[in-house]
Amino acid sequence: MAEARDYRAIGTRPVRPDGVDKVTGRANFGADMNLPNMIHGKVLRSPHAHARIKRVDGSRALEMPGVYAVISGADFPSGAEGEISGEGGGTVSDLAMNIMARDKALYHGHAVAAVAAKTAFLAETALELIDVEYEVLPPVLDVDVAMEPGATLVNENQRTRGNESAGPSNIAAVTKFERGDPEAGFAAADVVVERDYRVPTAHQGYIEPHACTASLDEQGRATVWCCTQGHFDVRSMTAGVLGKSVGEIKVIPSEIGGGFGGKTVIYLEPLAVKLSELTGRPVKMVMSREEVFRATGPTSASHCKIKVGAKRDGTITAATAWLAYEAGAYPGAPVGPGCMSVFAPYDLENFRIEGFDVLVNKPKAAAYRAPGAPQSMHAMESAMDELARGIGMDPIDLRLENCADEGTQAPYGPVYPPIGIRKCLEAAKVHTNYTTPKAEGTGRGIAAGFWFNIGMQSSAEVRLSEDGTVTVMEGSPDIGGSRASMCLMAAETLGVPYDVVRAHVGDTESTGFCNVTGGSRTTFATGLAVVQACEDIIAECKQRAAATWDVDADQVDWTEGEAIPKPGVNIDVQPLSLADIAGSMGRTGGPILGRASLNAQGAGAGFSVNFADVNVDQETGKVDILSFTAIQDAGTAIHPSYVEGQMQGGAVQGLGWALNEEYIYDDNGVMENAGFLDYRVPVASDMPMIDTQIIEVPNPSHPYGVRGVGETPIVAPLAVTSNAVSDALGFRISDLPLSPPRVLAAIDAHEED
Amino acid sequence: MEAYAYARPTTLDEAVSLLAAHANEGRRTQLLAGGTDVLVQMRSVDREPRTLVDVKHIADTNRLDIDSDPVFIGSAIPSAILNENEELKSLFPGLIEAADLIGSTQIQGRATIGGNLCNSSPAGDTIPAIIAAGGVCVIAGSGGTRRVACEDFLTGVGTNVLEADELLVGLEFPRPKGRTADGYLRFIPRTEMDIAVAGAGVALSLDDGGTCTAARVAIGAVAPTALLVPAAADALIGTKVDDEALAAAGAACTAAASPISDKRGTIEYRNKVVAVLCRRAGANARDRALAR
Ligand SMILES: Cc1cc2nc3c(=O)[nH]c(=O)nc-3n(C[C@H](O)[C@H](O)[C@H](O)COP(=O)(O)OP(=O)(O)OC[C@H]3O[C@@H](n4cnc5c(N)ncnc54)[C@H](O)[C@@H]3O)c2cc1C
Repeated sequence: MAEARDYRAIGTRPVRPDGVDKVTGRANFGADMNLPNMIHGKVLRSPHAHARIKRVDGSRALEMPGVYAVISGADFPSGAEGEISGEGGGTVSDLAMNIMARDKALYHGHAVAAVAAKTAFLAETALELIDVEYEVLPPVLDVDVAMEPGATLVNENQRTRGNESAGPSNIAAVTKFERGDPEAGFAAADVVVERDYRVPTAHQGYIEPHACTASLDEQGRATVWCCTQGHFDVRSMTAGVLGKSVGEIKVIPSEIGGGFGGKTVIYLEPLAVKLSELTGRPVKMVMSREEVFRATGPTSASHCKIKVGAKRDGTITAATAWLAYEAGAYPGAPVGPGCMSVFAPYDLENFRIEGFDVLVNKPKAAAYRAPGAPQSMHAMESAMDELARGIGMDPIDLRLENCADEGTQAPYGPVYPPIGIRKCLEAAKVHTNYTTPKAEGTGRGIAAGFWFNIGMQSSAEVRLSEDGTVTVMEGSPDIGGSRASMCLMAAETLGVPYDVVRAHVGDTESTGFCNVTGGSRTTFATGLAVVQACEDIIAECKQRAAATWDVDADQVDWTEGEAIPKPGVNIDVQPLSLADIAGSMGRTGGPILGRASLNAQGAGAGFSVNFADVNVDQETGKVDILSFTAIQDAGTAIHPSYVEGQMQGGAVQGLGWALNEEYIYDDNGVMENAGFLDYRVPVASDMPMIDTQIIEVPNPSHPYGVRGVGETPIVAPLAVTSNAVSDALGFRISDLPLSPPRVLAAIDAHEED
Repeated sequence: MEAYAYARPTTLDEAVSLLAAHANEGRRTQLLAGGTDVLVQMRSVDREPRTLVDVKHIADTNRLDIDSDPVFIGSAIPSAILNENEELKSLFPGLIEAADLIGSTQIQGRATIGGNLCNSSPAGDTIPAIIAAGGVCVIAGSGGTRRVACEDFLTGVGTNVLEADELLVGLEFPRPKGRTADGYLRFIPRTEMDIAVAGAGVALSLDDGGTCTAARVAIGAVAPTALLVPAAADALIGTKVDDEALAAAGAACTAAASPISDKRGTIEYRNKVVAVLCRRAGANARDRALAR
């Protein structure tokens, strides 16, 4: 079991290996791939949110000089089977139809055809010559409307899983968790809070649009270069959509300009491969920002109802959650994890959780940082705030009173191993930002956050060069500084300095299988593989030293990067460093490499507590975040700066969602703000410095105690903002975003009451 | 984007004859100042081929006369130059406040207030400030030079009085005298890099007793064009620009506004906020004038 220990490399803050090239612009991203004879692909997208596609005719476009190929749904096999891996989930068949519509276009921006032409401009011009005949259908755009009996159906064949006999419905699935007797619990409560909360559709907002280049060799095998969070998953998804085997596709990941879950799925790759197959040329496809907004992964808008009751002493007697999430055009809203997280920080006797995965005519939801948790926990953590007010208790004390601990059975089933929620709450209580009274007229809010984190499959190889340089080869695209963490864990395990270790993300054919970089799994699971591969190296180095010294391998120790005789082994030899052994490996048995592959278990849940002070301009409704404090359990912070970076980045994304981010649709289902001007992510000057405090409750399932840290940070800021704004106003606005027009309208309505 | 031509005239005559010749031949020309609107529009909404006529290499458009009356600001001068000019800042704090709001440091290295005006967006930030400060457009064309008050320059969303053979040479401002000062405020949901939901510029003169003797109030983003609001000015003139007078001026702005509801704000919201901005900008202008 991992405990707090003294480390040499772990916990230091070296510069990340990819940092300088990114700052100077030398690093290659998705759109930077260029090949001889390369042509360009563009996608024609539905102008309707819901329409039957009667005919797609590319013949006029094909007549245009410089146009090489036009494809549509008919060019892809139907009946693809299987589930896709990664954080978002769903079936390959839905994925295939999302990438290229077949008989119906299900959202404004749904791909209906694609073209390859000599230049990107020609390809775009050719799109205008593709004739598509639509029968426009009324769209269903809101989760409440979609759930009503008799609502317009997004998919006439969709039935509710487990309740198929009830007939077609927009409700694809229902999730339920229950324990104890909630009704009896509410009857025993002194104070009960019951309220509805709505959270809008939000986009991950990665700066780099989706991009890929595909090229087929003479045997018909495809190579795909793309920006992705998981190239092994790109390979299997692309193969699934095209009806190919994974062995026919090689995927090479570029550097990635942000993903946040949105690059765990694919949109362009099968189209580029198909166009390359038809034209015999490499095909590059790059989305515009507008396409990114219209056609790629937002996360679900939601309608949540929470009821929670407590005794005067703060003991929660019962809680219920009703959570309806918009899946977009195909099933797969993250409502399952939303249900599982809603009460995760608490030890509850009586609860009921119901979740609904609901189709609407909007883009298919994709994973976004802790998928599903921000929506449901916004509701619960807002209700907790009101409950604390109701019984006149400090909101941290109320949470401490009901806090889950090691041994608590989580609402979603398992018994918690050591977790950090109590320590985070205790740290918040004594934090100077919390003990300092808020300024006159401002508001303060606090909330807890949670994410499961996942393990899954990873592989790593570690190789020694003859000068003692260590090469770590693994397959997890680096979206948050993970190569630096791999180097630190390798340096720690081997006992060598950080700067002799080089970490690389290999393509699908040069390293072993790794699941997607998602679920905050990389430092945990791929890190575990790297540590084990280093242990493999150490074992081999001990062998080589033993052979050199003519002793048994079990008479050799490995400390501080050197082989030394075990205490009591009486030989007169100099220690052999890793570099010494590497330098002579040609003579002692050949190249040295270590490897590991695993399916990691015990990822270790991540908890956080955040709080903020805000000012509300009562005349314009503008909310300013004055200060924000993020406290989170990282297990062990391998690279504290990058843990803090995750906490700060997640906080900013959560605050953006709370303040201004939302998809604005007109009545026809056309998104009106498909660009960064009107889809308002925060700019740097909107944010205060995000103060961070890392709590370390080591994860017993990892040799260095790592738990994932990437996703938890986005969860709490939504309710923190709602709670702080409510504190400033003296009444609650339960829906997000807290954009100036909504806040001012609420102030005016409140004054009229 | 398709191929386009680029011309770089060095005199007003050359620029005007280029524009006139192209107009006669039915070819499309577009004037280019900082390009912070033009280049963005060429890549997205408006991708037709054209000839760009750059106004930045003409002596007259680069002229900046600060010590004269009227003050003259050439149409090629980027806002960064204006923002860093202490004398201009003290003469027209509100106008410079507006110029300093455009985009970001990088954008301001190129963006001009002339381009902001000629782009003629209802939300252009410097336009209400130019109107409030009494800006007059100096326009060169085949027929010679003409002058048009800024409030009469705009004709609609993205349109203005310029003919195909005309360009804006620069803006003239009456030199502020005595206790005269201006102020501009806009509302955006963020702190920068955004587009005004509403804006208000106020310029006023006070006598020695602090009573307002002259005022101009202009509003932006709440009608198809930025508007001069004489009723708001009337509400200030003869008062000490106290809360009551400012509230009346704000109400006059709301009455003059005819906003739309869109993704950036509702009619009700814009009507309310334009009044708030008028009050706050008016108070700033008053305090600055009192400090003179
Ligand atoms: C990131 C970003 C942020 C921005 N933020 C803001 C903001 O906060 N507030 C705001 O108001 N604007 C903003 N803008 C828009 C733009 O920067 C301003 O409108 C700017 O003032 C335009 O000036 P310019 O010199 O770049 O004009 P250009 O792009 O060169 O020209 C604009 C228009 O004026 C015409 N034109 C230019 N010069 C002349 C002339 N001498 N005679 C006749 N016509 C002429 C052009 O043909 C064109 O139609 C922003 C733009 C960007 C890209």
